[in-house]
Amino acid sequence: MKILIDEGKCVGAGTCVLAAADVFDQRDEDGIVVLLDADPPHTSLPQVRDAAARCPALAIEVVE
Amino acid sequence: MDHIVLVGASAAGLTAADTLRREGFTGTLTMVGDELQLPYDRPPLSKQVLAGDWEPHRSALRQDTDIQRLDMNLRLGCRATGLDTEDRVVTLADGDRLGYDGLIIATGLRPRRLPFGHDLAGVHVLRTLDETLTLRAQLLAGPRVVVIGAGFLGSEIAATARGLGLDVTLVDVEPAPMARQVGSWVGGLVGDMHRDHCVRLRMGRHVTGMTGQNGRVTAVTLDDGSRLPADVVVVAIGSVPATDWLAGSGLPLGDGVLCDRTCRAAPGVYAAGDVANWPHPVAGRRVRLEQRTNATQQAITAAGNLLSGPAEAVPYAPVPFGWTDQYDAKIQTCGWCPSDATVEVVDGDPQARKFVALYKVDDRVVGALGWNSARALREYRSHLTGNGAAR
Ligand SMILES: Cc1cc2nc3c(=O)[nH]c(=O)nc-3n(C[C@H](O)[C@H](O)[C@H](O)COP(=O)(O)OP(=O)(O)OC[C@H]3O[C@@H](n4cnc5c(N)ncnc54)[C@H](O)[C@@H]3O)c2cc1C
Ligand code: SF4
Repeated sequence: MKILIDEGKCVGAGTCVLAAADVFDQRDEDGIVVLLDADPPHTSLPQVRDAAARCPALAIEVVE
Repeated sequence: MDHIVLVGASAAGLTAADTLRREGFTGTLTMVGDELQLPYDRPPLSKQVLAGDWEPHRSALRQDTDIQRLDMNLRLGCRATGLDTEDRVVTLADGDRLGYDGLIIATGLRPRRLPFGHDLAGVHVLRTLDETLTLRAQLLAGPRVVVIGAGFLGSEIAATARGLGLDVTLVDVEPAPMARQVGSWVGGLVGDMHRDHCVRLRMGRHVTGMTGQNGRVTAVTLDDGSRLPADVVVVAIGSVPATDWLAGSGLPLGDGVLCDRTCRAAPGVYAAGDVANWPHPVAGRRVRLEQRTNATQQAITAAGNLLSGPAEAVPYAPVPFGWTDQYDAKIQTCGWCPSDATVEVVDGDPQARKFVALYKVDDRVVGALGWNSARALREYRSHLTGNGAAR
């Protein structure tokens, strides 16, 4: 699995962190998403998919 | 279930389509939307798109190929005009009748208008991409802008217009911008920020009329008799649920489509997004949210409940989350931030324009607001349950 993020679209909602805290975090200054693990283990796929689906800015793309 | 119809081709409608396919629905999916564009996102309209920082197509909610992959009958540029819940038929403006087994209503809102002025050129509302591009063209041509209504949307438009270097006046009946949404204390800080950016604020004032010349607006008049010269006027006084097409359908309507706690309005009929009104199981009252994250979350729940059937349906009990971007401020709210709450700063410093505040009613935390504090706010958010009360 590979995760792509579009920082320019991210609105800092943090929904992704609530869905998959091992994979996403937010920058302190502006809340923009930080990818902690761009190639996480397959076991986290459901959470990562859920994060991508719930991101209100559609800033997360999951390539399986 | 063979045929599911989605009415409203925007954030909630598209998320519902995504969810249905992801959860394995292989039947026919028809999406009806009265706008011509493929589904696009609204939050960037008053910000990046109006400012000209984004090309309009950047606000698209999906790549064309991802839309194709959903394998839908797309009926764009086509209004739904009626619903018969007995025979399970949606009527379209072109006369077509769509039978359905399942229906998700996601028709959102329409901007409220003033009883005067809208026949004048230069007077605008902002909800759609077309309206944004028209307004942008007008802003680039006219230096004096009056924004009527200082809620989230009006305040954002004022900030964006200032960013374009225009002369901006912001008018509202409330004592401060966004006072109804975040209370007068934070509203006061929002007002200070606009003043710092040289926006003229006329708070606590009613607009009584507009004057025009040769069919074009020239000024806005206020209840104190003052006259604000204007080349462009934006009316941002709130929106009403787009439920006109449901009159006579038998669906319970009020402030939106009145659903049960699982987002169901009638057998086989669910609603999601800005148009949906439902009893929030934890808050203990009916609510309707006009927030982007809600459109996604509620559509996921409504679509899941439609597929699973009433016996397996889960109640929808989100912690509300919203945001606004103005100048360099990113203001985010979670839970409820009622104007009668006590506001307590718990992190950061309001003077430094970076803080988190908690909203308390009867000593219970019901919501939190972060000003340039996304990460810190998230920590508090995870301590809120659906009614905003601390866990
Ligand atoms: C300019 C702007 C800025 C915003 N900024 C923010 C923000 O910063 N943060 C935030 O949290 N929220 C923001 N919002 C709110 C957010 O965009 C909405 O909550 C979200 O768009 C709701 O999605 P929806 O799908 O429920 O409804 P909508 O986006 O309103 O979509 C409904 C769709 O249904 C169509 N429709 C209506 N009636 C019919 C019919 N009879 N037949 C067919 N189609 C129909 C409409 O044309 C529309 O395309 C903003 C809204 C606007 C307008
Ligand atoms: S959910 Fe989306 S918008 Fe929110 S922080 Fe994560 S990537 Fe950014």
